[in-house]
Amino acid sequence: MKKIASIFIMGIVFMSCSSDKNETITNLSATLNFTHNWDGANVSNSDFNTINFTNANGEELSIEKLRYLISNITFQKSNGDDIKIDAYVLVDVTNNLNMSFSPSVEIPTGTYSNVSFTFGFDNEDNYQNYPDLNSASWNVPSMLGGGYHFMQLEGKFIDNVAAETGYAYHTIRAVDNSGAELVFQDTFFTVNLGPVTLSKDSTFEIKMNIAEWFKNPNQWDLNILGSMLMPNFNAQVMMHANGQNVFRLGEIIQ
Amino acid sequence: MKRQIKYTCFLLFIICSNCSNESLDQYVPTPSPLQIPQLFQDKILAPIIPVNNPQTVEGIALGKKLFFDPILSGDNTQACANCHAPENAFTDISRFSNGIDGSLGNRNSMPIFNLAWNYDEKFFWDGRVFSLEHQAFQPVTNPKEMKANWVDISLKLQEHTEYPTLFQQAFGASTIDSILVTRAIAQFERTLISANSRFDKHLLAEITLTAEELEGFNVFMDETRGDCFHCHGNANNPLWTDNIFHNNGLDAVVTDLGLGEVTGDPADNGKFKSPSLRNLAFTAPYMHDGRFNTLEDVINHYSEGLQSSPTIDPLMKKVAQGGVQLSPEDKINLKAFLLSLSDETFINNPDFQNQ
Repeated sequence: MKKIASIFIMGIVFMSCSSDKNETITNLSATLNFTHNWDGANVSNSDFNTINFTNANGEELSIEKLRYLISNITFQKSNGDDIKIDAYVLVDVTNNLNMSFSPSVEIPTGTYSNVSFTFGFDNEDNYQNYPDLNSASWNVPSMLGGGYHFMQLEGKFIDNVAAETGYAYHTIRAVDNSGAELVFQDTFFTVNLGPVTLSKDSTFEIKMNIAEWFKNPNQWDLNILGSMLMPNFNAQVMMHANGQNVFRLGEIIQ
Repeated sequence: MKRQIKYTCFLLFIICSNCSNESLDQYVPTPSPLQIPQLFQDKILAPIIPVNNPQTVEGIALGKKLFFDPILSGDNTQACANCHAPENAFTDISRFSNGIDGSLGNRNSMPIFNLAWNYDEKFFWDGRVFSLEHQAFQPVTNPKEMKANWVDISLKLQEHTEYPTLFQQAFGASTIDSILVTRAIAQFERTLISANSRFDKHLLAEITLTAEELEGFNVFMDETRGDCFHCHGNANNPLWTDNIFHNNGLDAVVTDLGLGEVTGDPADNGKFKSPSLRNLAFTAPYMHDGRFNTLEDVINHYSEGLQSSPTIDPLMKKVAQGGVQLSPEDKINLKAFLLSLSDETFINNPDFQNQ
């Protein structure tokens, strides 16, 4: 009995001074590392603010701001037993924030037929209230349907009269607000990274080729589509199309 | 049995010593959590309160007394409130403020409200100081402002008839120093919360705005017209600032480097913090150098007066045409909306007056 009392007290000591952690050998932690390149050349915020890049249309340009939202990271099993991570990340390349994301959910070891995430928010998530995103002024005006930006890519380019001009390549849910009612077209998309086999803690590199936003299938002319793109329905649809080839799975470290 | 009791007592001692840093006789002032407005509670992240400087009744009262007391200046003639007057939302109506010897600074005094929600904690127009506590150090010793030194101030406060008791009550400290002075001032400044404008009441469905105000909000949010929201918030970000640094096209040749002076990065030259658009009715003149006396001047700047320079923000659209080219009606409506963000109850709040 005395021994039980002592063990009970020791139990209190440990419960009082440390957090609980249920660890099993069949679970692992996954980390997503977001890296960026321009057609294979690494890009970080140290490359920003100078005319460093040339897009598919031949325009020389700089990047001054790049931040984007991903959500719904999913590890898919062939038997349909998916693990969905109910979280989102605002990757802020300009300030080197959230370049790495480790979900609080642990992932069972095994083979997954696909790993995927959503670029932006799906429609259900897009119209919720997120104080952290509000605090980052990430909102879309209600006259454009509300919700949140998916990406803000800004900088300067050399325009067709050789002047340095600003551009703001902002992606949102496409909306036509020319009529009495707003008409939407979804522009979030699922990025499929392919199958993976996980045996221990894993770090996934998610590579964004920024050049792709200006390339395929729509060769982007910043002289025509440089700014005021949020209310431009067709531009949003074109950006959505170009986004399909932007992301790739890079290295997996286990 | 005795051995067992000793063993149990020893374990309980470990529990207490491991899980608490407070001794039983440590002085604890009265907690006074910030009263967070409903809109802020609902829409944005929690305010920044340093763990080493929690809000207390005694600390706030001391900070308020210090804020209004010229004892912090070199010749006992100037208080913080001289350049940060409550009736002007804690800014100065002069373009540049006079120091105690008549010296003029080169920046317009910044208004003080909602500073606990400055998440990056970069203060001043150029972001040169991290944290509200550290911000309070600078004006006291600035030779163009209060021109004092902390050794003298600490001595004056220590020899004062009231302050030693007030510091004791606020911090349990018998020795007064600059760290405690700035902590007290920061506590008071964090209480300066403005969230009761006409637009706030509109968002809370308490009043209906005028047609001009509502249309002005549309101009503000419309990317093809004002496009103000990217830097100045929106109905879901009631701070009405992004607290980020931008070159908003004031000058073709940048002479005041702003953030660039602080970071040493030429890409930051000419960048200054976006000020909140709250309380514009009380905070003229406008811009970091107070160059514009009226809201019409400010609106005209963004509409037709933009100057291109290498670091101008990409969001300053149509710079080649001088700006966003608002119609006269849009300008009137935009001004009406901007004024709806002013908060009379803030500038008249008795808790914020020198009394």
